[in-house]
Amino acid sequence: MHRFEYYAPASLDEAVALLKEHGDGVKLLAGGTDLLVQMKEAGLHPPAVVSLHAVPGLDGIEFDEASGLRIGARVDVASIESNDVTEQRYTALAEGAGIVGSIQTRNMATIGGNIANAAPSADTAPPLAVFDAVAEIIGAGGQREVPVIELFDGPGSTILTTDEVITGFKLPTPPANTGSVYQRHTPRKIMDIAAVSVGIRLSLDNGKIGEARVCLGAVAPTIIRASDAEEALTGQAPTDALFAKAAELAQAASSPISDVRGSAEFRRHLVGVMTKRCLDIALERAQD
Amino acid sequence: MAKLEVHYTINGRKHEAYIEPNLTLLDVVRDDLRLTGSKEGCGTGDCGACTMIVDGKLVTACLMLAPQADGAEITTIEGVAENGTLHPVQQAFLDKGAVQCGFCIPGMILAGKVLLDQNPKPNDYEIREAIAGNLCRCTGYTKIVEAIAAAAEA
Repeated sequence: MHRFEYYAPASLDEAVALLKEHGDGVKLLAGGTDLLVQMKEAGLHPPAVVSLHAVPGLDGIEFDEASGLRIGARVDVASIESNDVTEQRYTALAEGAGIVGSIQTRNMATIGGNIANAAPSADTAPPLAVFDAVAEIIGAGGQREVPVIELFDGPGSTILTTDEVITGFKLPTPPANTGSVYQRHTPRKIMDIAAVSVGIRLSLDNGKIGEARVCLGAVAPTIIRASDAEEALTGQAPTDALFAKAAELAQAASSPISDVRGSAEFRRHLVGVMTKRCLDIALERAQD
Repeated sequence: MAKLEVHYTINGRKHEAYIEPNLTLLDVVRDDLRLTGSKEGCGTGDCGACTMIVDGKLVTACLMLAPQADGAEITTIEGVAENGTLHPVQQAFLDKGAVQCGFCIPGMILAGKVLLDQNPKPNDYEIREAIAGNLCRCTGYTKIVEAIAAAAEA
């Protein structure tokens, strides 16, 4: 790795001040599983690195019925995978966290880093989006909250300014009778990134679909909500025909590219197959 | 660029080093502290040859910046045997002939040890999942899986 100035601030204020002082090019370090690879192999040579490892207040997974779930940005994805509350109430998120990289990767990689790295294939992004997660952000100009689905503006790019830090995520308590799922297709079973990923949440209300979220990863420059599919599902009784229609609408929302993990045609096909499959699973879980 | 002082407890022994911050934990453990059991394969967290246990967690030390591990309790392959007696996973690798070229083995053994610490009776799938982050380019996985299963029986 090229040389850089290294900072390990002891507070968020100090971290933000360092980011502001160094401006463009400074990189934030959390788990390092994306950043170090980019610095070693992808030609990224930041003049300064600000590590978050000594900053308090970025840990913890807390849940209560009234305010929902809060996950600190530095929580490693292994802890999210194995947490009782995420497993039971935010199943798609536990599933997404559980298939990031290897055990070693999951022990190091943080949820804040997975989101801030802004890969369209990030495995925690569609799950956060289907639970209407909001990112808590602090910067030189103060604090703000941004829905996760609105954070990204291209591959590897977010709307965060250079002095901003994600401090955590807030997920509302899902309604009763909710089922969720996250699946991805990869050429290899493990240690790969998604060619297509699908996150679904269905919340049933008197036997009908009260709320539907369909979020696709790796088939557009950012993760996307398949809004037409969600609208078609909302208020309807769940049937095979309805799910097939929603899967078609999800396909129409996708704009995949061809690359080493599959052609655009293959990916669009998978969006249909996987959306249908995930709707079935989410429904079954919602009815449980 | 100022050098930093870092302190690690490795295999129960305290170490300190003065390092440039652009080194990884693996660089410092191998080159400064001369514990060369951990290997560098890919350098990008894919192969697991650099696997160490840091504060109880299995990590790829090639992706951990050395200053980030300051103050950590670290176990490397050199610290797995106790008082000259091999760890059951190490003994099973020998008994089952699971070692070919040897480059991946330190990481494989640490991954196997952490698995058995958490799940003393894993099934075949759980063993394969536990070593998914450790590549053997001799492709000797069958014997490696058999060895970890045998260690669980031991």
